[in-house]
Amino acid sequence: MIKLTALIAGLLFGLGLLLAGMANPSKVLAFLDLTGAWDPSLALVMVGAIGISIRPLTWARQQSSSLLGRPMQLPIRRELDPRLIGGSLLFGIGWGIAGICPGPAVAILLTGSWQVLIFMLAMLAGMLLFTALEIKRSY
Amino acid sequence: MNVDWLNFTPWSSLAGGVLIGLAASLFVVANGRIAGISGLIGSLLQRGSEGVSEKALFLVGLLISPLVWGLFATRPQIEFQSGWFGLIVAGVLVGIGTRYGSGCTSGHGVCGISRLSPRSMVATICFMFSGFATVFILRHLLGIWT
Repeated sequence: MIKLTALIAGLLFGLGLLLAGMANPSKVLAFLDLTGAWDPSLALVMVGAIGISIRPLTWARQQSSSLLGRPMQLPIRRELDPRLIGGSLLFGIGWGIAGICPGPAVAILLTGSWQVLIFMLAMLAGMLLFTALEIKRSY
Repeated sequence: MNVDWLNFTPWSSLAGGVLIGLAASLFVVANGRIAGISGLIGSLLQRGSEGVSEKALFLVGLLISPLVWGLFATRPQIEFQSGWFGLIVAGVLVGIGTRYGSGCTSGHGVCGISRLSPRSMVATICFMFSGFATVFILRHLLGIWT
């Protein structure tokens, strides 16, 4: 059952990204272009998504297990450290260059464009680089 | 500020957001997990992660979404503006940045803000700010449309 709900959640997520226009890099860049011909549509994606998920997610904070009896695994860290801030700033720079973030990259991977393949390989390389640096740090 | 009303799609974007919200809600309520895409991919890249099958199945659902969409409607427009060099730089920055920052638009921007996490609010402000700043610098200061 938890496998089915995971699959359905991923599918719904992808359909949402496609419908919203989040999976179109040009539209994302038009949203990020505040001083150009600004397309505010993607602000409404946040409004719709948060509006729906705020109650389930605040409910989840008070639970120790999910409705299907799985442990509730929410992040526990609280500190606002340089890693959080620096990492997020770097992510935003990458997002601003190409107009694509991890969710949409997966959602359009099978559409056959060479651009998304290059982006995905580079993103996986960046993630592996992080993992390698972390292993080095822990020695 | 100059709004591009011609390309403004309030209803489909809002409806897409609702679907994303439903997906994030289902994943936390049923599976007890945060629908953060960079976190899911990152943990699959690490050895010894738990819940591999659930995480992989979420990503499979995401991966097949355009195929399912294609059964009912014509595929939505997907238009890249970057060349290969921009895509590589962007990809590496997104990969390393989301791992150091513990999340991306989905994990921090949707799920984190929804559970009222101060860390996610700070992260979202940071990546929105640098996203806006990057487009401004590239397009309007340097005249590069990536």
